[in-house]
Amino acid sequence: MAVLGPNGSGKTSLLRVLLGLQKLTGGTMETPEDLGIGYIPQQRALDPTITLRGRDLVSLGYDGHSWGFGLKGMRERKQRVDTAIRSVGAEAFANRPVGLLSGGEQQRLRVAQALVCDPDVLLCDEPLLSLDLAHQQAVSQLIDKRRTEAGTSVLFVTHEINPILPLVDRVLYLVDGRFRIGTPDEVMTSEVLSELYRTRIDVVRVRGQIIVVGAQGAVESDQPHHLQVD
Amino acid sequence: MDKLFDFDETIEVLQYGFVRDALIAAAILGLLAGVLGPFIVSRNMAFSVHGTSELAVTGGAAALLVGVGVGYGALAGSIIAALVLGLLARRGSEHDSVIGVVLAFGLGLGVLFLWMYPGRASNKFGLLVGQIVGVDSASIVLLSVCAVVVLGVLAFIYRPLMFASVDPDVAKARGVPTGPLSLIFAVLVGVATALGVQTVGALLVLALMVTPAAAACRITANPLRATILSVVFAEVAVLGGIILSLAPGVPVSAFVTAISFLIYIAARVVSRVRAAA
Repeated sequence: MAVLGPNGSGKTSLLRVLLGLQKLTGGTMETPEDLGIGYIPQQRALDPTITLRGRDLVSLGYDGHSWGFGLKGMRERKQRVDTAIRSVGAEAFANRPVGLLSGGEQQRLRVAQALVCDPDVLLCDEPLLSLDLAHQQAVSQLIDKRRTEAGTSVLFVTHEINPILPLVDRVLYLVDGRFRIGTPDEVMTSEVLSELYRTRIDVVRVRGQIIVVGAQGAVESDQPHHLQVD
Repeated sequence: MDKLFDFDETIEVLQYGFVRDALIAAAILGLLAGVLGPFIVSRNMAFSVHGTSELAVTGGAAALLVGVGVGYGALAGSIIAALVLGLLARRGSEHDSVIGVVLAFGLGLGVLFLWMYPGRASNKFGLLVGQIVGVDSASIVLLSVCAVVVLGVLAFIYRPLMFASVDPDVAKARGVPTGPLSLIFAVLVGVATALGVQTVGALLVLALMVTPAAAACRITANPLRATILSVVFAEVAVLGGIILSLAPGVPVSAFVTAISFLIYIAARVVSRVRAAA
């Protein structure tokens, strides 16, 4: 499911609530007791001098939140981390300093970091942002592979639906407290978006891509949103 | 100057009990500093360590004034400083200026306390440059207990602290209590700093808490290997510095800083050569 909407529409709040970082001001949220959540953040360049290899980043996703030094279960951790690294094709650079890797390589490792704990749900916060087209495709294919192979649900916050359009089952479009859920064909229409934005919006399909045309500034701000987790 | 490399005299001096006590104290301190160092480097806390160590001096001065042991005062001073810095500087960008503000005020207080002290403070007050040869077996016991506690707590919070230090956003998303962890770590650093202040002195705590780890992080990106190297570098600097200073009677600090600085330069050269290869 792709989550779309202008800045300030609540995409971030939705993720924060699901991650347990924010309380609901109203309404209720139901989650299964032991729901495993994997989280893929925006690509933000890591400090090039950081003392961390690619595999350490993945390893933190496995048990970085547990107390202790982690001497027990070292063998199993190594196996799980190796499997996750293999599943995203990161064997070649997993032992290099993570700060020196390219944005695309770092984001591959981010996917492995989220998958290593075998999650039931993947929450992705603009994971393709600032990646070039080839890497955007590679990373979204990796996420889709997980979805089809393990049946993991994917919630994908994005301000740009086109790179993932062929992979999306449903769209949640949020505007100013109003929302619409449905297939891309149901939601991404001039009628639905005009109703959501309460102004005239034209949705045009060109060569399989969706282009949203509206009043200046009303739609699809160029500014990506930022997940504030402090 | 010809005494600088008088090895016979060095070996002779090594027979003294107080020299051996000094070396044991220094070895414990090197271990602590070496283990904490990589976290200090990855959390950008060098200035914070500096601030904490100066405020240990203020704590020592306050203790002198009220007639308590200077060592306890230093410990209290640096823990309070660590907590204040940790609480005031929750936001990353403010961190730097908050340390500057607290550091200046704290040192001002220290000057006031020393002025108010009726006796001559300088004799009892080796906190600025340390008095490693003044270590007795009682303080070695205190040092060991503190070291065991610090290392024990660190082992318990090791993985989440690592997560919070190198990847804070995802750590928070995974439920790691990053705020409390930074406070706990700040206190651990405060305790280690206070111990360091009494041996190598406030001015030189950085040489042990930051330089060896900074050198190690230049050489390897493997966190475990960085910790081991950082401990080795810290031990070489502090033990080597003390042993070299014995015969010529030069202040310990001069050699400790020189050795750790040389190690750091060598590490930079190694990483540069590797990057070029």
